Amino acid sequence: MSRPEDTLSADVHYDDVEARKYTTSSRIKNIQASMTQRALELLDLQSPSFILDVGCGSGLSGEILSDVPEDEGGPHVWVGMDISASMLDVALQRDVEGDLMLADIGQGVPFRAGSFDAAISISAIQWLCNAESSETSPAGRLSRFFNGLYASLKRGGRAVCQFYPKNDVQKKMITSAAVKAGFSAGLLEDDPETKSVKVYLVLTVGGSTTGGNGGDITNVVEGMDGVDVVDLRKKGGKSGKGEIKKGSKAWIINKKEQMERKGKIVRATSKYTGRKRRIQF
Amino acid sequence: MKVLTLNFLTCAVKMCKASNDSFPLHPKDAELAKDDVEINLQLLVNVLPRIDWTALRTTSTELGFPELPEQPPTAEDLTSDEKMLQDLHTLLLETQMIEGKLVCGHCGHEYAVREGIANFLLPSHLV
Ligand SMILES: C[S@@+](CC[C@H](N)C(=O)[O-])C[C@H]1O[C@@H](n2cnc3c(N)ncnc32)[C@H](O)[C@@H]1O
Repeated sequence: MSRPEDTLSADVHYDDVEARKYTTSSRIKNIQASMTQRALELLDLQSPSFILDVGCGSGLSGEILSDVPEDEGGPHVWVGMDISASMLDVALQRDVEGDLMLADIGQGVPFRAGSFDAAISISAIQWLCNAESSETSPAGRLSRFFNGLYASLKRGGRAVCQFYPKNDVQKKMITSAAVKAGFSAGLLEDDPETKSVKVYLVLTVGGSTTGGNGGDITNVVEGMDGVDVVDLRKKGGKSGKGEIKKGSKAWIINKKEQMERKGKIVRATSKYTGRKRRIQF
Repeated sequence: MKVLTLNFLTCAVKMCKASNDSFPLHPKDAELAKDDVEINLQLLVNVLPRIDWTALRTTSTELGFPELPEQPPTAEDLTSDEKMLQDLHTLLLETQMIEGKLVCGHCGHEYAVREGIANFLLPSHLV
């Protein structure tokens, strides 16, 4: 499949026609909604929060934030940034509740320090990797974005960015730019090695390895169903005995079979079972 | 654009980063609208400590509202005083700047606001 990111800039690609097509497709709506739900789950917000939606487009991601019910810690209030006037125009017509800004995240994030409880970005930041001109480089734009994002989040705040990397080089380029800006970062993949793989960059501000809320990336994914936390900070270790790795899908299925044989009720194995989480930093 | 958001937005120009005058941005020729939004006490209590009260007083006066008290309310005030809660809610979440400009007090850059959308795109030499 060809990637518009490789040839066009986002404001050119998302013109009036594309913005409308994008927003009225029920397939796209569903995918964006489920990825936003996933991002929210990773943000783990306990109470109504002030959230930045990076590359908010026509509001498909943001409206999910407005719709979080009270008993699930919502509703949240959000501000969206997007470079496409056409996408924002559709957002306006759809009467979304968040505030909208026409802005290029590659130019920075113009909010004072510690403004937001959290940030989400759904299917946007891979766009920062193209746009080569005499004045800007992807590295420069990524760095301005992540530095700005880092500063705009309160301490202990979290950001979850789902994005579509073109390849591993791009994945690495984006993740290391976030780390350079000061974030603790984890890369998480849903349905890895399939065509519908979804990559989430989970970022926390505060970065101390001694824990504390939000500061430790392993806390983000710990305690979630079927999560395999790979903590790279435990160097050495005593793994690698050539067995099935504890926590892996194979290991979980094995355990489930054991339990079932003992007559216990176990959850059905699904595509979520033992889903791979890669913590790369 | 909500007054709440105006309390966090700064000038995007690079040389303004270090200046105290680049926040808050000053509304000019502002046209306002009022949205009906359901009161969200928890959200207000959550953002209250992050509100720059001095800046909010400035913005509120510049938008033509009566002067705000010198001291911000406390979380307890909001929980116990219905009117105070309603007033703060109306100002921060229901009052929208829909047309006009936001002007930086340091570099003078004007960010246009149209249909509630603020244009923060900068020519590259200012980034
Ligand atoms: C696939 S859409 C996703 C929109 C929305 N988050 C959603 O889930 O439907 C990607 C969006 O990223 C925006 N975008 C791309 N590059 C950007 C940049 N440099 N600054 C701001 N927004 C950008 C595009 O304009 C587009 O609206």
